This record gives sequence, structure tokens and C-alpha cells, in this order.
Amino acid sequence: MSYIRLEYSELALPALLVVMSGVCSIALQLGLERQLAVAAVRMSVQLILVGYVLTFLFAVASPFWTAAAAVVMVAFAGHEIVARQKRRLEAIWMYGLGAGSMVLAAGTVTSLALLTQLRPDPWYHPRYSLPLFGMILGNTMTGISLGLDVLMTGAVRDRLAVEARLALGQTRRQALLPVTRDALRNGFMPIINSMAATGVVSLPGMMTGQILAGVEPGDAVKYQLLIMFLIAGGTGLGTLAAVIGGAHLLTDARHRLRLERIISEGGVKETQS
Amino acid sequence: MRTQLVMLSVLSLTRLHVAASFELLAGECIAIQGPSGAGKSLLLRAIADLDPNEGTVTLDGIVRETMPAPIWRRQVTYVAPEPGWWADTVQENFAKWEDALPLVEQLGLPAGCGAWNVQRLSSGEKQRLGLARALALRSRVLLLDEPTSALDEKTTCLVEAIVAECRSTGTGVIWCTHDGLQARRVASRVFVMSGGRMEESFA
Repeated sequence: MSYIRLEYSELALPALLVVMSGVCSIALQLGLERQLAVAAVRMSVQLILVGYVLTFLFAVASPFWTAAAAVVMVAFAGHEIVARQKRRLEAIWMYGLGAGSMVLAAGTVTSLALLTQLRPDPWYHPRYSLPLFGMILGNTMTGISLGLDVLMTGAVRDRLAVEARLALGQTRRQALLPVTRDALRNGFMPIINSMAATGVVSLPGMMTGQILAGVEPGDAVKYQLLIMFLIAGGTGLGTLAAVIGGAHLLTDARHRLRLERIISEGGVKETQS
Repeated sequence: MRTQLVMLSVLSLTRLHVAASFELLAGECIAIQGPSGAGKSLLLRAIADLDPNEGTVTLDGIVRETMPAPIWRRQVTYVAPEPGWWADTVQENFAKWEDALPLVEQLGLPAGCGAWNVQRLSSGEKQRLGLARALALRSRVLLLDEPTSALDEKTTCLVEAIVAECRSTGTGVIWCTHDGLQARRVASRVFVMSGGRMEESFA
């Protein structure tokens, strides 16, 4: 494999493109220049740091450090899920629900790939396990946060319908069915769309990266297919777990709708009249 | 032997600022009157166990908590003033449309309204259909929350008549209304609710 190595100094020119966008923002008074600058700097720092961290992790290849890295990734992703909701449960519940579903989904799917398909030695080798886990985690996170957002919003919006069904003696599962279906559909949509568009509209980042790094396109495609299947499986599992868990937390054992457990953006509780 | 006839017993039921104790006999209708915000809906919802609440509620001597909540609500059914809809056509919002059809017609709606779109209904039609949907369950106790608030005089009479018919077969009714005349008309006992407390009115 041969590839063209980049030096950090060579990145100065492409970075100017971000500055150019900033100038546009100032000229057109979009007010985005600050956010753009912060995001660009944050990304650079994060990526450079992660480069060092991965170099260290690959060198030691210890199960402890690999697991620690996975825990940190889940912690950040869980935080992101909480932050993305307009309406959400108490932070602790939301965090537990999001992180729990992600660990379940991404953990299962990554282990499956490592143990049956890739079989690196040792099986948890961070060069394989961490990038896989990260990609699956990122996509599962999107599915889960979309699913939960639609679930919470739908429960508030369709409250009359849900309560009418409960009052007529239906169970909480029956009463919330249209809302949970809607939430699951929304959670699944991004991965379905991206599978349909991959290869035609977009060349996936991972595959492009491998090709740039000198891997034969045919081999890169196989890796990409593996990743897409894993992501689809992980998103499905994670979204299902999160939405069913979320519906459970929105109701109680006496089949009541407990909207007062939802907090709106700005910390206002959904009142129950 | 009045106690033998007690159907629904509510003892120290509390929900937020609302507290109540009373008994409902088989076939009896009691009215709860009071301004909006007095806690009438809170009380009915608490009896149906739709909100967290404390106290002892029994039906025919059986404590509410000993049965699953959906079973309880099929026997002690809350009818909201503004019914909820989860499907597009009217009949899809009913468990068994054929069972409800006679009630729907009795309430002055045409038999063909099952195919109507819910979005097209007036608030009065919605209210009558919501009532028919609940009556079709043949519950032991009906908890009616302002069931005629969106209705004119003529359809209000139809509703009062159909509820009276249910009572004659032993159904107990708790009827919340802000209308004092209606309370006297439909109920054998009238309670007035203010500040979350219920007091029997002998006016």
C-alpha cells in the first residue's frame, strides 16, 4: 500500500477555505462566524488529540484501555442524545436510556463483527474494535435521538388520543402504538436513506479514506458493505430498545400517561391539567 | 339495607388539591357542580385511575388496585369533554363499530357517519361520538365530564335520555357539569365542588 503522506503544515491552505466561509458570513451578516470558528478549532483539537490517543491505544493493545476508550465514547454520545432533545425525560433517565440502548446495540453488533467476520488477534484489538464501535455508535446515536425526539413530541401532541384509548380500557402499549410506530419509522429513516444513496449520490467517508490510503476500491467496498450492514443492524436494535424503553418510562404500571415526566426545552415541565 | 346496593365507594381519594369521599349506588346518578378549575375533571380522572392518586376506591367491594388498570377502566369509564381520535375515519376509532351504531343513531347521527373523516366532524358531533364510544363498553360506572358542553338544547336532551336509559339497567353515573339546572335535572344527589372539596347541596 502506498499513499501520499500529509504534513500538518500542508493543511494550512485547505483551512483557509473555512476562513473564506467565515468571511462570507461576516459579509452577509449571517452571524455564523463565531460558531464556525469555534467548531473548526474544536474539530481540529479533537481530531489531533484522538490521533495521539489512538496511536497510544494501538501500541498498548490492552483490553483495559480499549474498554476505557469505549466507555468514554458512550459517555459523550449519551450526553449528545440528551442535548439533542427538545422535550425529554429527567436528564438522568434520558441519559440512562440513550446510553443503555447504545451500549446494547453498538456492543452487540461490534462484537458480532469482531468475533465472526473480522476475527483480529486479539479479538478486541483496538485498531479494529474502536473504529467499528465508533462508526456504529455515531449512527445508532442519530437513530436513537431522532426516535426519542419523535416519541416525546408525539406523546405530548397526541395526548388526547392516547388518553382516550387508556380511558377506554386499552393497555399502555396499545394506546401508544401509533406514537411508537412513528418514532421507530423516524429513527430508521436516516440509515435507509443513506443505504439507498450510498455509491450513487455519495461515496462514504470511510471508503474514500481507505481508497486515499491506498486500499484497492474492491476491498474498500467490502469493508464499507460490512460497516453499512452493521450500522443498519445497530440502528435498528438501538432505536427499538430506546423507543420501547422511552414509551415504558412515559407510562406507569397502572397504564397511565405520565407526561409530567417530560421536561420541555428551557426546563419547563409539561403540565397536567 | 342501603349498603348492599353500594356500587362504587370512594374513600379519602386525593389528587393534588382535590379530596373526596362518597358512595354511589347502583343505577344512581350524582352530579358534581362547580366552576371550571374547581377540580371536577381531576376527581373523575383520579377515580378512573388515569392520574396518580391516593385513597381507596372499590367497585362492588373489590379494591381497584387488585385488578389491572385497563380492566378497571372498562368498568369505571371516564368520558372526556373533548374526545381523542387516533385514526382517520370515525369507525376506525371504535373497537366494534356495529356495537356502537345503535347508540350513535340514538344520539342523532346518521348510520353512514362511520365512514366520515374525523377531521370533518364538528365539536358537537365529536362529543356525541365520544360518548357513544364509551357507552358501547357497557361499563358499570360512567364518569361523564361535561358531556354536553358542545351540544345544543335538542342534542343535550338526547344525551340525557340515553344516560337515563343506562341508569335503568343499573349503570351508576357521576356527572360533572357547570350547569346547575342540568345537575338538578339528571341527578338524584348534587354535590358542589369548590377549592377541591365536595359538599352535598340540598338547595
